[in-house]
Amino acid sequence: MAERRETDVLFKALADPSRRKLLDLLHAHDGRTLNELCEYLDMTRQGVTQHLDLLEAANLVATVRRGREKLHFLNPVPLQEIYERWIAKFEKPRLKALSDLKHRLEKANG
Amino acid sequence: MARSTFVYVTYIRTTPEKLWAALTDVEYMKKYWFGTYCESQWTAGSSWKMVSRDGQIFDSGEILEADPPRRLVIRWQHQNKPELKAEGMSQCTMELEPIGPAVKLSITHTIEREPSNFIVAVSGGWPKILSNLKSLLETGSIVLQDPYPTGSQR
Repeated sequence: MAERRETDVLFKALADPSRRKLLDLLHAHDGRTLNELCEYLDMTRQGVTQHLDLLEAANLVATVRRGREKLHFLNPVPLQEIYERWIAKFEKPRLKALSDLKHRLEKANG
Repeated sequence: MARSTFVYVTYIRTTPEKLWAALTDVEYMKKYWFGTYCESQWTAGSSWKMVSRDGQIFDSGEILEADPPRRLVIRWQHQNKPELKAEGMSQCTMELEPIGPAVKLSITHTIEREPSNFIVAVSGGWPKILSNLKSLLETGSIVLQDPYPTGSQR
């Protein structure tokens, strides 16, 4: 099933702290080059390239060539699909209340 | 020059012709765009406008390029909120590329300023619209009836 494979690739791409950090970096500032992204990660250029390739395969990152540079953009469309398929469906006001309570308590502790 | 760009990509199991029709047909658009639709002749040089469910013109501009079913470029200016209108013209490029049994739809929305509240505003909408469009073309029904489902109590 094509849909299942896509979903597997997507969740696998998200199941790594360095890749999630790359998504956060692109969320903060979109359209970065590989060099710019390497500055924030304590790993080889090759390592960052591999992570970006996996994110691109999962369609979480889109790349655009501009002259000799390759710019990386966060593509939020698959995350929206996860939200609709896996979160909105299970979301109940009670869960929201619990999550709000957790935030309030954690804030009070911090 | 400073520039703000957002890029959205989705792979939809359909044909470029069906996807092009879905992007340009008023009745079809309303189904996945929460009642909103775009009106145009969809040829280069023709005017373009986006009309909300209650008939307000939210955005307007013109078609810069139309190459069905491959490429569409819209000169796009917001009209409804004065502070977003003041940011001026943006450019939205839609590219359709067949890849195996699917079509890769890439939407690039650019404005020549940084930061841009207009780009921030559209960036919340595009993923929802594209996700709905994908569901509608692949399964015949949409997932999100309301663009802001978390805000409503059911």
